[in-house]
Parts: sequence; structure tokens; C-alpha cells
Amino acid sequence: MGLLDIIIFLPVIGAIVLVCWPHPAEKLVKIFAAVVTAVPLALTVYLYNAFNHTAGMQFETKLAWIPAINAFYHVGVDGISLPLVLLMSLLGFLVVLISWKIHDRVREYFIWLLVLETAVLGVFSSLDLLLFFIFWEIVLIPMYFLISIWGTGHRKYSAFKYVVYTLAGSAFMLAGILALYFTTGSLNMLEIQELIPAASAAIPLTAIFFLLMVGFAVKLPIFPLHTWLPDAHTDAPTGVSVILAGTLLKMGGYGIIRLGVSIFPDIAQRYAPLFIILAVIGVLYGAAVTLRQTDLKRLIAYSSISHMGYVLLGIFALNDLSLTGAVTQMVSHGLVTGLLFAVAGLVLHNVGERDLRLLGGLAGRIPVIAVVFIIGGLASLGLPLTSGFAAEFLVFVGSFASTAVAGIKVYTLLAAAGVVLAAGYILWMVQRAFYGPLPERFRQIKDADKREMLYMFILVGLIILIGIYPAILTDVIRTGIWPVASLFMP
Amino acid sequence: MNLALLIPEIVLAVTALAVIILDLFIRQKVWLAVFSIAGLAVAAGFAFSLWGDAPRTIFYNLLAIDNYAIFFKFLFLGIAALVILASVDYVSKFRDFQGEFYSLILLATLGMLLMASAVELITIFLALELVNISMYCLVGLLKDGRSTEAALKYMFLSSMASAILLMGMAFLYGFTGQTSLEELSAALQTLTASDLINAPALLLGIILIIAGFGFKIATVPFHMWVPDVYEGAPTPVTAFLSVASKAAGFAVILRIFSTTFDPAEFNWGMIFAVLAAITMTAGNILAIQQKNIKRMLGYSSIAQAGYVMTGLAAAGLAAAAAAPAQSAVLFFLLCYTVANLAAFIAIIVVTQNLDNDLISSFSGLGRTSPALAAIITLSLISLIGLPPAAGLMAKFYIFSTAVNSNLLWLVIIAVLNSAISAYYYVRVIRVMWAEGPQAKSAIRLPKSVLAALIVCTLGMLFFGILPGFGMDLAQLATRLIF
Repeated sequence: MGLLDIIIFLPVIGAIVLVCWPHPAEKLVKIFAAVVTAVPLALTVYLYNAFNHTAGMQFETKLAWIPAINAFYHVGVDGISLPLVLLMSLLGFLVVLISWKIHDRVREYFIWLLVLETAVLGVFSSLDLLLFFIFWEIVLIPMYFLISIWGTGHRKYSAFKYVVYTLAGSAFMLAGILALYFTTGSLNMLEIQELIPAASAAIPLTAIFFLLMVGFAVKLPIFPLHTWLPDAHTDAPTGVSVILAGTLLKMGGYGIIRLGVSIFPDIAQRYAPLFIILAVIGVLYGAAVTLRQTDLKRLIAYSSISHMGYVLLGIFALNDLSLTGAVTQMVSHGLVTGLLFAVAGLVLHNVGERDLRLLGGLAGRIPVIAVVFIIGGLASLGLPLTSGFAAEFLVFVGSFASTAVAGIKVYTLLAAAGVVLAAGYILWMVQRAFYGPLPERFRQIKDADKREMLYMFILVGLIILIGIYPAILTDVIRTGIWPVASLFMP
Repeated sequence: MNLALLIPEIVLAVTALAVIILDLFIRQKVWLAVFSIAGLAVAAGFAFSLWGDAPRTIFYNLLAIDNYAIFFKFLFLGIAALVILASVDYVSKFRDFQGEFYSLILLATLGMLLMASAVELITIFLALELVNISMYCLVGLLKDGRSTEAALKYMFLSSMASAILLMGMAFLYGFTGQTSLEELSAALQTLTASDLINAPALLLGIILIIAGFGFKIATVPFHMWVPDVYEGAPTPVTAFLSVASKAAGFAVILRIFSTTFDPAEFNWGMIFAVLAAITMTAGNILAIQQKNIKRMLGYSSIAQAGYVMTGLAAAGLAAAAAAPAQSAVLFFLLCYTVANLAAFIAIIVVTQNLDNDLISSFSGLGRTSPALAAIITLSLISLIGLPPAAGLMAKFYIFSTAVNSNLLWLVIIAVLNSAISAYYYVRVIRVMWAEGPQAKSAIRLPKSVLAALIVCTLGMLFFGILPGFGMDLAQLATRLIF
């Protein structure tokens, strides 16, 4: 039983306690949830400090689990997963604060939130394919309930669409995992790559690769499998949008790096052009559609599609800089979009409106929210000194210099044009929401309270910290990326 | 002749008869339930004492006592006990026929025990008929229009299936001159697919046997009876039909095909692979449109049978993969049993309170009776094949053996089907949790039902989180006699 196991399972233990707790007071539930998410956060920060920058997989636990099929309870973190675990435990804690104003079925809400945290943490730290898949699938269940019960708008439809899309994706993934298990006889994610036979596999390796990729593609999402995303993000309650955009999408990117690119380097290289083209389409299409949005949350949701395009570009440019950039972008996007969704939720709560056509002039009334939102927006468009810049810069530099794909310079330039579009939609959004004449009915609105400022400032602080000193993140990420990138060294 | 090996069956027969007699004298009918469960427990105890012994046959090769048979006996006894526990309240609907209900359940269980052991065609048929005839009466026990119609339909169609089965057995006998599986196996082991083409009578015999049992396990296209019978029958009987009767069918099919044909010579698995693909797809697609929860679960059980058949297919394609595939089938049946029983038992209570079986009437159950709704949700999650319930492990295990037998195409169809099935299972979950309450008050949960539900729920979680024990058990149980 290591620290990592405690980090993963503490939230779900908290959830079980909540289930058994008869009629707790609303406030008590929230404080309890804050505590059982704060402890994993503190422990993860400790792990991050104790992380050895010269070693690979660390803090491993490996226990026999199902001998009949050679499955183990096997968890551990390396430079790729540790930042994502940190991101999840951070957002897990902040989301409790963000959800403080939930008053409907409070106990149930926090039960699902805690289950969700354990599931996502499990995905990022599992080193056994079956365990990974189980955590991956568990994510669906709390997510479904959170969107369909506490959501807004077409919440039931959106939750349903999310479940069907993800299940269809993970169905292919399950087939892929089974094929991989059959081919190698192992479920150990660390040793599978060595066990894969060179050519004469009974099931073509390319088929396995694509079966797995479908599951990740739905999650990331990769164009054209993205249509669940705007609905789910828009209709989810604020806290859940934060987790959805902040960490759930990263499961896709993480899966592609850990299972797609690392296990099938040759196939990844062969099909890299396909994915890079999809990435560029995702960036440009996502940005173009974002420009047309008039709903605050929907706009942020579509911008995620565009930003995840950079992640895909970084991954399939297949060199160490671009891969590091991709992971950095995942973390940065988690912080930035998490912040944007949190603030958008705050605007919705305090102002009661999220249609950009009806908003305006809020900056004078709610200056704190406005400033934080603008900082988030600028980070989202990749302004220097924010984490968004550091991440996108690494992706572009890495992919521009990449030799993995012919003509990648053109694709990189095209993708970089997405930044220009991002500037367009972000600035236009800020202008429509916060400047111009203030409608009469918004005279009495309130600014953020202390608790809301706390989580906003934590996120803003981290975004700027990474922007000024990206090495705090990239030093760790590089240790995990190096073994992957070295597979593609000529 | 060693009668000691037959004690579980003898205990069960005596209990069933005693229940009928006691029914005449006892006014508090709940004691009949207690007595029946005690009988089942004693039978289970004796069955347990036989576990792990060297496989042997009794009555001149008519019945086999091997781990495989004992595994199924345990399963059937457990199911019968849970169904009886769950229906202690429901039986009031049977008015004067409560004793008959318990007794018929016990007799059907006795038939299933014999099916699990039978290694000779006539014995298999007799055991099957014991189950069938008990079931006809059980289905019609409500004695209202719906129930009687269902019983009649079931009887006609099932008799037809039995006739077909018997015809198939006759062909097999005519071709080989044998009825014992051991002798049949000696005669047919070397049979190849091309030999079959040259012996149309034998081929027809095999097809008829598959069709006859296909009815029992409700594979498409022999599934037509399922929705009507499931809807019309008393809910505890539906529960019993959907798990025990189905598992018994699989127990026999797996035994007949595994012992009689050698996959290396005759790839019988391919027949089941095709049937599996059709069955799961049709079952899932038809389930989508259902508004009645019992009909929906009826179609869902057809789809689940399709998943089990992927294991049969895997066992019949490669001799090397046969043992793991058999144990995967057993493990799947175990997981399916706990999940489906949990769903049905919960539904027995709910529908009894609401007086209808419509899915829409489950609206808001999550608010009024959260524990019950949570158990239904967990069982549906298990049927979809999501963690942390048993369904995922069962599917993972059975599909992995299918991939081993080079059936990746079937596995892809199966996993996509799981995604499709989410469509109708999730709808029930949504109605319960995300929609406003319809019933005003919480649903009263009798203690015996609660006990049955707790057993099933623990089973789902145990096999879902720590499936190692169940899988080991299933592996030990694949030690067949021949």
C-alpha cells in the first residue's frame, strides 16, 4: 500500500462513507468532500516533489489480482502520468469549492464527484490493461448521473449521447485490448511493447492499433468523433464541465501516448500523416465553429476541440519536443479551460445569463470575475507568460522540426493559424460579455465571493507560474517522454 | 449402484412431495417457503460434499457426478432458494396455490439437477421434460388471462421444441446405435465436416438438437416465445425461467458438444458463432423498443444468451482453447445469474407496489427508494458490462477466449452490441434517477426479499472486483467426465 494507492482510493472511500452516512447536513457533506479531496491533493504534491527526475516508472504497487487471466493490480506514475494525476487531484479539490452552491441532492452529487475522481486518477496511474479499462469505463457512470441529474438544458439527451459515444468507442478499445492480450499473453502495459511479435501475429497489429485508437479518438476527441463534446460540456453543471474539459479529455491524449504511440511505434509512424491531418482539421474546424457560438459555455466547449487538435499534432509529430508540448498542453488546457468553465458557471450563477448576445458591460459590475476571465481567455489563445503559450510554443517548435512526416511544416503553419482564430473568438467573446453597454437588468449582480476568488486565484496563479517557468512542469514530463521519443530516433 | 451420490436429487424430490402434503395442514404458508429453502440447503450441502471427487458415473452411465455437474447443481439450488426468498410476499397472488408454487419450483430444480448430470440422451430428455412440465404450470399459476395465455403458448411451443429435439436424438441414435454420450463420442470423435456432408441424416440430427436446445436457451430464431411468456408469467417464475432454465440449457449443450465432437475434426463452434452474432444483435435491437420492463429483460436475456454462445463458439473451434472457453461460459452464467436475479427480484417488489410493469412507472424511484433503485442500477450496469459489477469481468473473460479461438470478428460484434444494449438499460436508469417521482411513498421491502437482494448484490460486487475466486471455481468445474 503506497501513497499512490491512497491518492487513488481516498475519494471513493469518502464516497462510500457518504453513502452510509444517514442524513448528513448539507454543509457537512461539502466540508467532508473538501477534506477527502484535499488530502490526495497534498499527497500528490508531495509525490511530485519526491519524483526522481532520472528514473522512469515510480511509486509502483503490484499485487496479484486475477491469476486466471494474468491480471494484476498494478499502478505507478512516470513523467507523463504524474502531471495528469496532479492536475486531476487539483481540479478534484477545486471542483468541490466550485460546486459549493449546489443545493439539490447534495449528498448524491458529491458521492458521484468523488467516485469520478478515483476513476480518473485510476486511469492515469493504471499499468495493467484490464485495470486501466475498468477505470476508464467507471468514469462513464458518475459522469452520466452528474450530467443527467444536475445539468441544464437538454441534460438527459446530452448525458445519453455522451454515454453512447464513449461506450461505442470503448467497445472497440475493449476488442483492441483483448486482441493485444491474445497477441502478447500479458496485460502489463510496461512490458507489452517488448512482447509484441515482429510480423507474424495472428491478428494484424495495425488492426489492434486502430481498435484502440477509436476509443481514444472519441475521448480526446478527434474530428469527426467530437460531436458529443459540445452537448455534454454545455449541459453539464459547472463543476462537472470543469472536470470534463479539464481531465476527461486528457484520458484520450494519455491513452494515445501510452498505448498507441508507445506500443506500436512503427504503425504510429506509418499513419502519422493521417492523424496530423485530422489534428489540423480539428484545430481549424474547431476554431471556426467556435467563432460562430453565442453561448458562453458552448463557445468554451468548442474551443476545446481546437485545443485538443494541438495535442494530437504534438503527439503525432513524434519527437521529444512536440510530445512534451502535447503533455504540457494537456495540463495547461486543463487549468485554463477549467478556469474558463468555472468562471462561466459563476457568470451564469451570478448574472443568470450565458447568451453572449444578451450579455454586455459586465466588467464594470463584476471586475474580479471579468479580470480572471480575461486572463483565462488570454491563456487560452496562447499569450506569452501564460501556460498556453509555453505549451503551444513547444508543440509548434517540435512539430516544425519533426522529420516524422513529410510536409509537416505546412501542417504546423496551418495549425498555428488556429491561434489567430483563437485570438478572434476569445477577444470577441470578452468584448461581447464584459464590455459595451450594461443591460439594465444586470445592475444588481454580485461579484465573486471569497471562496470563489480562492479557486480562481489558485488557477490563475498556476497558469502564470507555468507560463513564466515552464520547466517546473516540462522537467518532469520530459523524463516520461524520453523513452517514447527515443523509439522514433533515427 | 451408489445412491449416496444421488442424495441431493433425492432430498429435493422428497422436499417437493412433502411440501404438497404439508400444504394440506399448514395455514401459515410462509413455513412452506422455510421448509423448501431448508430442503434446498440440505441438498446443496450434500452436493458440496461431492465437489472435487474423481468424476464417475452411476446407473450404468446414465448420470455423471463430476465437478461440472456439481457446479451447476449449486447454481440451480442457489437460484431456486433466492427465487423462493424473493417471492414470499408475491405468493399471496397465487391464493390457494402457494404450496404448488414451492413444490413446482423444487421439481423444476430437480429436473435441472438431473440435466446437469445426465450423460445419456434419453435421460437428458426426461430431465428436460420434468423441467418443462413444471414450468408450464408455474407460468400459468396466476390463472388470469395473461398468465394462462403465456402458459399455453409456452406449452405448445416448448412441446414442439421437445419433439424436434427428440427427433434429433433419434437421428443420432439411428446413425450410431448409441444413446450414451460416451459411446456417441467414441463413434463421432473422428467425424470431420466433410463426413457430415456425406451423412445428411446425422447432419440433420445435429441441427435438430441445436434447434431443440436453442428454444430452451432462447437463441434467435427460436426465441419467439420469450417476450410473451416473460410478460405473462408471474414475475418470480420469469426470473426463474430467465436464469435457471437458461443455464440448464447451456449446461446440457456444452456437455453434449464438448464430449461428443472433437473441434479438431468438426468445427461445431462456427455454428454457434453465427447463431451468437444473430442472437445478440436481434435481442438488443428488439429490446430497444420495449416499454414493459419484463419484456425488455426478456429480450435482454436473449442478447445475453448471445454473449454466452461466443464462449460455446470458442470452445468448439480449437481443442486447445476448449477448457478456458468452457470455464468462461460457466463464469459468465454465474455473473449473469446474480445480475439478472437482482434485477428481477427488485422488479418483483417494485411492480407489486405499482401494479404495472411499465418502465415509465419506475420514474423517480431513486428519490423514493434509493437503495432499491441503486440495486437495480447496479444490476443493469452489470448487464451492460460496466465496472464495478460482475458483467464486465464475465465479458472480458468470455471474449478473451473467443479472441483466442480467432473469433475477433465476433468479439467486435459483441462489444458493439454491448454499446447498443446500453441504450435501453440506461433508459431505465435515467427514468429512476433523473426524472421526477411518481410513487408517493417508499416501497416496502420485506426482509426475505432484502436478504435475497443483498446476496445478489454482494455477488455482483464480489465477482466484479475480485473475480479470481469465481474464475478458479469455473476452471475447476470444467473437469468433465468424458
